[in-house]
Amino acid sequence: MMAISTATKKQAGLTGNSAVAYAMKQINPDVCPAYPITPSTGVVEEFSSYVADGAVETEFITVESEHSAMSACIGASAAGARVMTATSSQGLALMWEMLYIASGMRLPIILTNVNRALSAPINIHCDHSDSMGARDSGWIQLYSETVQEAYDNLFQAVRIAEDKDVLLPAMVCLDGFITSHAIENLTLLEDSEVQEFIGEYRAEHTLLDTDNPITYGAMTLQDSYMIFKHQQSEAMARAKDVVKRVGKEFGEKFGRGYGLFEEYMLDDAEEAVVVLNSAAGTTKVAVDELRKAGRKVGLLKPRLFRPFPFREIAGAMKGVKAIAVLDRADSMSGFGGPLFTETRSALYELEARPKVVSRIFGLGGRDFKVKDAVEVFDELQKIKKTGKVETLTKYITL
Amino acid sequence: MKTEEKRDLPRGGVIDRGGSAAEYSTGGWRKLRPLLDKDKCTNCLICWVMCPDSAIITEDGKMVGFDLEHCKGCGICAVECPDKVKAITMEEEAE
Repeated sequence: MMAISTATKKQAGLTGNSAVAYAMKQINPDVCPAYPITPSTGVVEEFSSYVADGAVETEFITVESEHSAMSACIGASAAGARVMTATSSQGLALMWEMLYIASGMRLPIILTNVNRALSAPINIHCDHSDSMGARDSGWIQLYSETVQEAYDNLFQAVRIAEDKDVLLPAMVCLDGFITSHAIENLTLLEDSEVQEFIGEYRAEHTLLDTDNPITYGAMTLQDSYMIFKHQQSEAMARAKDVVKRVGKEFGEKFGRGYGLFEEYMLDDAEEAVVVLNSAAGTTKVAVDELRKAGRKVGLLKPRLFRPFPFREIAGAMKGVKAIAVLDRADSMSGFGGPLFTETRSALYELEARPKVVSRIFGLGGRDFKVKDAVEVFDELQKIKKTGKVETLTKYITL
Repeated sequence: MKTEEKRDLPRGGVIDRGGSAAEYSTGGWRKLRPLLDKDKCTNCLICWVMCPDSAIITEDGKMVGFDLEHCKGCGICAVECPDKVKAITMEEEAE
């Protein structure tokens, strides 16, 4: 790995991809089946170097497609291994069928998704169409604003996915190029700290135990299929508390605590933006600027999108008058982006419901600048003053 | 199914023991039933080797009949029974 400084032991300047690969090295998973794809290629490339150098004990499986990569993940996980992989965009789309099988079989596989737009037209740059397309696949989804968050989320994802109350696969998302290829200063953990935090994985069942033969993937019919889906649904709902518990423990141990979402200047805010990943950083700068001018503006950055912490988000937004939910993906529903519909639905429970609009931005890597965030806040100010929404859903940064 | 039983179903649909397929009766799927002519049978046991459902019953190394709880009536045994012997024939269940 380039750019790791040894003089100041724990500080390093790393790209998002390098940090994820380094986190995987520290986790030292049993198996890593992968098929590299831009912009997550760096994760797989650097991790394969660790394998070749003998820095990890991982069995690295080169496959012929992402469908095969996820299939191999499922097989290895069913055999009782701790399994990790990484992908982006079309790669995640090709895994789609197998994503549901991983979650339905309750296999705690960890996947890093470096967010990239989906074809057509073909585009290699950042948006969230890929992971949003997998939002109903039964995977836990954690989003990361920075390289540090992506690095920290990976360790927590292992703990969350493998928790006995959860046992579901988890996806850590970070923005393609913006985060995956930009070098940021971050604080690294020691290998021993990582190993102590994640602990040893002991699968309840393993296909390799020939003394206790088991079957994965058996047919279930009208009498039982729905029961398994109900179990899965309840596990997903339980994951929320586990995310909170693990995030708190991470904070106590390493000084960087994590919750379900980050609130930035939200306490007394009357206008707020909801946005995922790196664009939240840009929005924070806009919030700072507008706060200097006396405006009561704030930000809510969801970290956990699956399961969706609807009650907590509604609680945090109580008192906000006008909200713009910024989606870096379009559901093509004619009703805004996926984060918008879910956030707006969560806020329906509030007695004093705020005005909530959908703004789609940054598709295919289109820049989202501080001035774009300021424009959104200006529009919210107008909505707050007039109490009227002129345009419920629209594209910005066009 | 009772509520307690539902809760106890193994997570992820895992079948946590071996050999449980024997408890599932597949005989009801059968449209054609195999019939054995014991006078013709040479006990070569090719049918026993080829049967995909382990539905050929043997005793002391001899073919004695079919496990109709699990035989799906695929007819492989009748096809595989050597041409010079042809001790197994398939007959419509309806007859």
